[in-house]
Amino acid sequence: MSGHSTYVPKSALGRWFESRLPIMGLIHGSFVVYPVPRNLNYFWTFGGILSFMLICQIITGIVLAMHYTPHVDYAFASVEYIMRDVNWGWVIRYTHANGASMFFIAVYLHMLRGLYYGSYKAPREVLWILGVIIYLLMMATGFMGYVLPWGQMSFWGATVITNLFSAIPLVGDAITTWLWGGYSVDNPTLNRFFSLHYLLPFMIAAVVVLHVWALHVTGQNNPAGVEVKNVERDTLPFTPYATVKDGFALLCFLIFFSWFVFYAPNYLGHADNYVEANPLVTPAHIVPEWYYLPFYAILRAIPSKLGGVMAMFGAIVVLAFLPWLDTSRVKSAAYRPLYKFFFWLFVVSCLGLGFLGAKPPEGAYVIASRLLTLYYFGFFLIIMPLLGLFETPKPVPASIADAVLAKNSAHAQAHS
Amino acid sequence: MVQPKTLILSAVLAIGLTGLTGIALAEDQHGSVPERQSWSFGGPFGTFDQAQLQRGFKVYREVCSNCHGLSKVAFRNLAEEGGPGFTEAQVKALAAEYKVKDGPNDQGEMFERAGRASDRFPSPFPNPEAARASLGAIPPDMSLLAKARSYPRGTPLFLADPILQYQEHGVDYIYALLNGYSKKDDPNWNDYFPGNKIGMPNPLADGQVDYTDGTPATVKQYAKDVSAFLMWTAEPKLEERKKTGFRVIAFLILLAGLTYLTKRKIWANVAH
Amino acid sequence: MAAASTTEPTRRDMLFIANGAVAAVGVGALAWPLISQMNPDASTLALASTEVDISSIPEGGILTVKWRGKPVFVRHRTKKEIEEAANVKAADMPDPQADSARVKKPEWLVVVGVCTHLGCVPLGHSGDYDGWFCPCHGSVYDTSGRIRKGPAPRNLEVPAYAFLSDTKLQIG
Repeated sequence: MSGHSTYVPKSALGRWFESRLPIMGLIHGSFVVYPVPRNLNYFWTFGGILSFMLICQIITGIVLAMHYTPHVDYAFASVEYIMRDVNWGWVIRYTHANGASMFFIAVYLHMLRGLYYGSYKAPREVLWILGVIIYLLMMATGFMGYVLPWGQMSFWGATVITNLFSAIPLVGDAITTWLWGGYSVDNPTLNRFFSLHYLLPFMIAAVVVLHVWALHVTGQNNPAGVEVKNVERDTLPFTPYATVKDGFALLCFLIFFSWFVFYAPNYLGHADNYVEANPLVTPAHIVPEWYYLPFYAILRAIPSKLGGVMAMFGAIVVLAFLPWLDTSRVKSAAYRPLYKFFFWLFVVSCLGLGFLGAKPPEGAYVIASRLLTLYYFGFFLIIMPLLGLFETPKPVPASIADAVLAKNSAHAQAHS
Repeated sequence: MVQPKTLILSAVLAIGLTGLTGIALAEDQHGSVPERQSWSFGGPFGTFDQAQLQRGFKVYREVCSNCHGLSKVAFRNLAEEGGPGFTEAQVKALAAEYKVKDGPNDQGEMFERAGRASDRFPSPFPNPEAARASLGAIPPDMSLLAKARSYPRGTPLFLADPILQYQEHGVDYIYALLNGYSKKDDPNWNDYFPGNKIGMPNPLADGQVDYTDGTPATVKQYAKDVSAFLMWTAEPKLEERKKTGFRVIAFLILLAGLTYLTKRKIWANVAH
Repeated sequence: MAAASTTEPTRRDMLFIANGAVAAVGVGALAWPLISQMNPDASTLALASTEVDISSIPEGGILTVKWRGKPVFVRHRTKKEIEEAANVKAADMPDPQADSARVKKPEWLVVVGVCTHLGCVPLGHSGDYDGWFCPCHGSVYDTSGRIRKGPAPRNLEVPAYAFLSDTKLQIG
């Protein structure tokens, strides 16, 4: 996806094929000779990890769909059938269920890396916005997937989230009824969620192709935040350098992933989801999956229905405007002392919101949620635009090669 | 990528923001916190104690099954690997003691026949409404109970659970609950049930179930055994899961180590 | 890589080969559960046998029962049908087999009701030999379920079965 390649296949058959469909050249250009900045750190391996997770979820999902029954009377039992009777069904389901969490862990680290190193800034605005779209699609996919086992949390999570749309003035109730295909979350809802849960990952895959395409047009950002000036001095070929590094990082990630699948498979889920859905009894606490908790906290921090819903969606939409909210000319936080401080504060406030999202909306929890919500939006809408104007950045290296040189000489001094 | 000073500073500020939270940590209407028990199936190398599962099954059969179903479990499961370890013949004989609804026959009528190993445990009530009509409450199906129950661990313990391998919240809760009937004059009072008023009066009494293997016939022991049995019914692949997990993780560590060496070799001669 | 140009494998090459080999093993191990999951599951395997009450089948009648999702024909053969099946030279048939090798009791014929051509269900008491006739592609079976005419290559399959009593038959 890096434009025309000079790749020439060695065999005659290869040349014959290449002149008709230059796919090997495309792969060669995108994943072999493609130049990557030589100073990338391990936070740049999450793109590869995320691609792996998407494929992992699609494959395990297709397998699960072979055994799952999307009907209110059979869904819960069919999941248990997968767990008990299908050959290796338990490992496939636990991989898929925990895989969703791992996907989100990786995407959050990927996004925070972008936020820290200014990867959203020119010329990567479109790349970033495509990423926000992927994230939105992931949220929708994850939400619908959680409904499919038809446990108590599935049912009541679906009820609460679809009810969010009833906050829309005038047409809200009509939209909610339309989403449900009835007067409550029921069989039609489960069926359409299953259909969409199967469809959306392929839409994600399509946007990922665009995301990677856009990436290969602009090239990767890097910890120094300066663009590639001299391909020879600043970059290394993707293969073997990035391939083997991504591979190593992926394996470390898989160890972490496996730990959950095999030793704590239900830790990230909720006990109530092992109780079959019952439209007449709401569980004591309805808690969404952990990856939605910060947004759930924002929703509940606002004391009005419409306001809460708007704040929650706004918290995601605001990400798309980052390229224009950040006024600084320096990309990397490594050279922005003030931004660095506010960035880490933002990370901590997201964790705080996540914590509060799991707590009942009462007393001090509400006050804390409001303060952190205020900071969440303040960070994007006030701090980011103002910092660019008032902050004095540290001197930025002239090139990637200079940054590497400076780092290595600092290392050498420290070791001598 | 970040200096410790900045991190500490922002952490302090964030704690200031969330600090108010600490004041209101009083938990809402939960019962007492169950005590953590030691289970043979806990930890990364945990396995079920077959004798315990067999005793637990006996308690289920003689006591719990009067009201609670076990609808996801089939008789054949009792002879499968990683379970109570009954023999095929025992299972066949056991299944035959149950009446299972089947049909329709040639006349178009449903009929009852003796159970087979492939059948699942018949439930004591045909539907939840029938259960409520006769008991005044709906006794939950027990197949998944050990995974469907939990209790809040509180902060920061919940963060340590996946690392320290504590996953037996549900079993601990069930065990505590069965031992939690502390008021002699109120059979529906339970220390551990949320709200303390439980529909099920104390189901166990010392000496109620005959143990033939010399294990003490006490409520504590019944509760322990039946809780372990319910962990098995909820997660029959637990042993296989933990064994597979060890192999998978050992393999991944080996492969990651090799890949790290390869990575170092490849990157050895370039500045980065 | 330039280092690969020497003829002797270097330590570096050995590392790369070992790494690649272990990774390949991992991919193989990963693929197995995904393939194996399509095999019959534990509940399907457990249902492998069926009991049938055969007391109600009149002489000349055929009872069709479902076994492993397929029809099984239990045919209570008449004297005439037994004779027709037994007194014929099997050697000339497409799939030669004596009638005695296909039944446990001559009056009871038990066969899987799936045409060995392409899997349709043949019709009983029809065709030139009054056995079965497959409407899909015209295979004709005799009263022993043997293929006599038409495209099917083999006789109707005889499943494993046992008489539990005079009236109870267990298939599988």
